[in-house]
Amino acid sequence: MSTAALSTLASARGTGGFTGALSDLFWRRPRFLLFLLLLPPLLWLGIIYLGSLFALLLQSFFSIDEFSGLIDRTFTLRTYAQLFQPANYDIILRTVVMAMLVTLASVAVAFPIAYYAARYAKGAAKAFFYVAVTLPLWSSYLVKIYAWKLILAKEGILTWGLGKLGLLPLLDAWLSLPMVGGNSLSLSATGTFIVFVYVWLPFMILPIQAAIERVPPSLMEASADLGADAGQAFRTVLLPLALPGVIAGSIFTFSLTLGDYIIPQIIGTSRLFIGQAVYAQQGTAGNVPLAAAFTVVPVVIMGIYLWAARRMGAFDAL
Amino acid sequence: MTAAVSFQNVSRHFGTVRAVDDVSLDVRPGEFFAMLGPSGSGKTTCLRLIAGFERPTGGTVSIFGERMDTVPPYRRPVNTVFQDYALFPHLDVLGNVAYGLMVKGVNRATREARAREALALVRLDGFGARRPAQLSGGQRQRVALARALVNEPKVLLLDEPLGALDLKLRESMQEELKLLQRSLGLTFVFVTHDQGEALSMADRVAVFNEGRIVQAGTPEEIYERPATRFVADFVGSSNVLAPPLVESLTGQHRFASLRPEKIVLSGAGAIAGEVRSHAFLGATRRLLVQTPQGALHVTLPSGAALPPVGTSVTLHWSPADLHLMEDAR
Repeated sequence: MSTAALSTLASARGTGGFTGALSDLFWRRPRFLLFLLLLPPLLWLGIIYLGSLFALLLQSFFSIDEFSGLIDRTFTLRTYAQLFQPANYDIILRTVVMAMLVTLASVAVAFPIAYYAARYAKGAAKAFFYVAVTLPLWSSYLVKIYAWKLILAKEGILTWGLGKLGLLPLLDAWLSLPMVGGNSLSLSATGTFIVFVYVWLPFMILPIQAAIERVPPSLMEASADLGADAGQAFRTVLLPLALPGVIAGSIFTFSLTLGDYIIPQIIGTSRLFIGQAVYAQQGTAGNVPLAAAFTVVPVVIMGIYLWAARRMGAFDAL
Repeated sequence: MTAAVSFQNVSRHFGTVRAVDDVSLDVRPGEFFAMLGPSGSGKTTCLRLIAGFERPTGGTVSIFGERMDTVPPYRRPVNTVFQDYALFPHLDVLGNVAYGLMVKGVNRATREARAREALALVRLDGFGARRPAQLSGGQRQRVALARALVNEPKVLLLDEPLGALDLKLRESMQEELKLLQRSLGLTFVFVTHDQGEALSMADRVAVFNEGRIVQAGTPEEIYERPATRFVADFVGSSNVLAPPLVESLTGQHRFASLRPEKIVLSGAGAIAGEVRSHAFLGATRRLLVQTPQGALHVTLPSGAALPPVGTSVTLHWSPADLHLMEDAR
């Protein structure tokens, strides 16, 4: 509609000027307003985000010329085949197992906290909960990780505390185990795991808390009334109904662990995770197609994960 | 005879609020017992004390002679139909009804067969595969009923179960509930703020106000002989006569209730007044008559001659219909 037409409209209705005419237009065509509001974020998502994702996908079907180091832009699955070489496959397996363990541990730690916040905390206690849960997010991620490096170090407070409790033999026994062990906690996969759980925990607590808040308390009473003890009520009512929140939280913890390249670099063994492999391949090694192929792995895994969750009925209560 | 539900000096305080204040009552086995009162009168808290969702601050709740002091809700021989029905949204209707049997470890074939029977009992055969969200309010209410009954409770607790239904459905459900209670021979404890519902359905009614039972008795007793002004006000549309008027009529300085249908416009007039308004109520008409001592309602059969608004009438009643009562809340 032209400005002239708009102003005729405005005078016909006796409203004030261009903004009045615009308000009238939005009132008559609410979808037009919605369109205007959604256009910028859609452009952002569509072009910048999905576009770069598509470019990434495209890159992963290219390969690198072993001699010249140049990218060969012919479609091939050769780069994907490289993912299944033992060295690369190990990286994927290690990362996925770590992401799964971190997610499970986060759910176990987050659920009671979220339950307390949703069911018991009121007023000031609730405000304290939000501050306490989000406080770690206020400080830099790097600062927190270096702090953890000190906590977990051989001379750190955790080892010191365990020593005072006479539990050092237990720690040493744990650290001498293959896979999870190392010279100290800060140089072991266990350390990496602890820090991952700590850093991603808020992303698990908040969605679970929101999900539990949506479960009417009368449902828990109904379940008790029908003969379910606390454990049965949790398994048959609360958990199924809070599952969308658990899934939402696990999307965060799972995908953030799959993609992180800083935590395993600062804390843990020298064995690589997917994020570090991507970082190395696109940087020093200059193998962008392999980096892209590595990046596709978490996307595919998350896709499978969500599909499986849906099949299991995790979103039925939504 | 052991009472189905017995309260002995039961109190439940929330901080300084006495939600239930020293209540004693006995519900007889096989009885349809209504707890009637305005919101906040303590009737729902009493129901929750029976179900076990609340624990008494003082006193004892017993169910069929067994003290419930330390018995959690999941071990009490009662089941509840919740006000919002509280159906599990992630289970289908059959799963909802079979839930109680499932947590008790009854095998799938048996519990589903019994759940189907319970659904048939509330006339919902064939609805087993639906989700609660796909049902109407009345159907949800029946599912909630079936879900409770399938566990064969000794006492069925109903918390304003008809509150969310529209008038017509509510009336048909009232009859249905009554029939069901008769045929099963079960003890029903029913909470409602609707005096019509309580009087029409219950064998006995306890009227609650401010955490106490003001009067307990049959619907006839409650309606004909209200113990206090509060009961007369709350149950039905009785005329409450102030002490000066009652004193002039009976010589006693007391409040009294007078049912509008007991007043006639013929015979020797006791009080003169002027007709202020008419209301058509189907089988009857209700008149508001202004007298020097206050306004009175008069109910006349629809066929009776109707004095026009503005005319003077004389009101007459038999002294026996004037029921003296306490000034208590």
